[in-house]
Amino acid sequence: MSEPILRVENLVKHFREGPHTIHAVNGISFEIHPGEAVGLVGESGCGKSTTARCIMQLEKPTAGRILFRGQDLASLTPNGLRSQRRHFQMVFQDAEESLNPRLNVRRTLREPLQLHGLYRGEEQLQQAAERVNLEPEHLDRYRHQLSGGQKQRVGVARAIMTQPPLVVLDEPTSSLDMSLRIHMIAMLRRLQRELDMAYLFISHDLSTVRHLCDRVLVMYLGRIVEMGRTEQVFSAPRHVYTRALLSAIPIPDPSVRRERIVLQGETPSPRWIKPGCGLQDRCPLVADECTRPMPFYALGGGHWAACRLAKPESAERALGVAGSM
Amino acid sequence: MSLPLLRVEDLSLTFATDDGFRHVLDRVTFEVHPHEVLGLVGESGSGKTITSLAVMRLLPHSAQVRQGQIWFDGRELLALPEKDMRRLRGSSLAMIFQSPRSALNPLMRIGDQIARAVRTHQRVRGAAARAAAVDLLRHVGVPDAAVRARAYPHQLSGGMAQRALVAIMLACRPRLLIADEPTTGLDVTIQAQIFGLIKDVQAETSATLLLITHDLGVVSEVCQRVAVMYAGQVMEVAPVAELFARACHPYTERLLGSILRVDRSGDLDTTKALSMAGISYETRGCRFANRCPDVMPVCWERRPRPVQVSAGHEVICHKYGGDES
Repeated sequence: MSEPILRVENLVKHFREGPHTIHAVNGISFEIHPGEAVGLVGESGCGKSTTARCIMQLEKPTAGRILFRGQDLASLTPNGLRSQRRHFQMVFQDAEESLNPRLNVRRTLREPLQLHGLYRGEEQLQQAAERVNLEPEHLDRYRHQLSGGQKQRVGVARAIMTQPPLVVLDEPTSSLDMSLRIHMIAMLRRLQRELDMAYLFISHDLSTVRHLCDRVLVMYLGRIVEMGRTEQVFSAPRHVYTRALLSAIPIPDPSVRRERIVLQGETPSPRWIKPGCGLQDRCPLVADECTRPMPFYALGGGHWAACRLAKPESAERALGVAGSM
Repeated sequence: MSLPLLRVEDLSLTFATDDGFRHVLDRVTFEVHPHEVLGLVGESGSGKTITSLAVMRLLPHSAQVRQGQIWFDGRELLALPEKDMRRLRGSSLAMIFQSPRSALNPLMRIGDQIARAVRTHQRVRGAAARAAAVDLLRHVGVPDAAVRARAYPHQLSGGMAQRALVAIMLACRPRLLIADEPTTGLDVTIQAQIFGLIKDVQAETSATLLLITHDLGVVSEVCQRVAVMYAGQVMEVAPVAELFARACHPYTERLLGSILRVDRSGDLDTTKALSMAGISYETRGCRFANRCPDVMPVCWERRPRPVQVSAGHEVICHKYGGDES
């Protein structure tokens, strides 16, 4: 196995909000290997974007370490961090907001190259535009002259200008129509292979994750509850939360009938974190042991789930939607 | 066949823009039958929301109806005096909007807002109306309904605010309910709860529902019939199972080919998806012409007539021989 390009070790991020503490991320650990696309999925407030911002050093972790190619990013000087930034880049959710309205596409794409002393000439910019299916004339346009899909492609082109081995993508398709989404995902897949990049793809849209990512991490209430190869997690989810999440997504096919696992109520406030499984107040299959800290159970082939039903001796293991998904 | 409760007939509508008029709706025609759930589906710019606002007579001032009628229960809504229209809104026609919080009065407790609807539309007064409001909140699945009734809209989550709106709708007992993307911005597990609630309410009150959505999964799970819109034109109308099994219009085929399904892998084939070309409102003929793989010269010139391909399944496309009416 290759050395991981990114290792997140026991990451914790808490925010102060008046007298309260928001427990956004509560001790998560994972690795990303070179050339691998990893999906980080969960609903709003699960801590997935905070995790991305900690990795990008846009937030200072409360505890834990972020190791990029074995190096603790928190130990770098501001200059050292700046020179490392060409190796890990981010695509933001709001393409509109993330583009400078006063810069045309040419200058937007040239800037990261100039910052890192990599600018050689115009053909680099034309090649970059071509990579994301933009025409050469788009280089002269400003933000307000681009469609939503084009803006998002400029955001991707800018992030990969320095050919970074790791790109963090925060919900890059959430504002796109379905017909643009499939082209975006196909493009990201192609770029990932052409430039041999690793992705951390943050999304609440599990359909895109299934078609883009090699591995997937499922987050709930600041913790990873299940992880594994995409096919394993989607075809045989083991954590009740993952099963409920997958079964809640309406399938555009009237001939498919599925059993739905309905979660009670809403995600509890991240102000008060109980020991044990985060899902205990909403889970239809909750038991006493769920109120105590839940270990990860290995399911083979790198598939892990922190749920009592994933225990090897669990009789209820095969219950529910697993078979029909 | 019963008489339709709502019939939108040949509705054309323009928006004044800086460079002339944009023909936002072009001869839109469809019917909603009593007690059914009709899905009006399309991507951004298809005109689905504008169509529903026209039915409610809540169009922005820049919109101008050029031709067509909207028949509701034997009355032509576009010709009604505003006074009569106001009487219909709420009691006969109601709409649930995309952002529930902005549809609620921010200065009024939600219990009072529901009680007001109860007083306006049922012969109940004072404490009895307030008690009815709490009952309604409980009925739509709001926990601690008596306490939550005293909350202001900003104190509610998006899911709870949408439930409060459904409660108001229940108090009004409209004959036709229009729901415009009622779960936009809600998490998928909450979306499943809200659609469960809307379906229950619809079955219980036998209201007629016009559901506006871009999500074909929602269409598949909630609707009985569906009308597909593109660039302000209705392209195809069919029973839901029929549409997914035998889509006829090239737009519908390509739309279905753009789906990334969460319950299977291997959908990342862009050759069957919609092209990335932009939407065009210009042509006199079929507005899908510039993206259509089967385009013919006549498509640019004339709008085809609806052709019935099977019972209840109409397609508006020259491929099926429909000629100018």
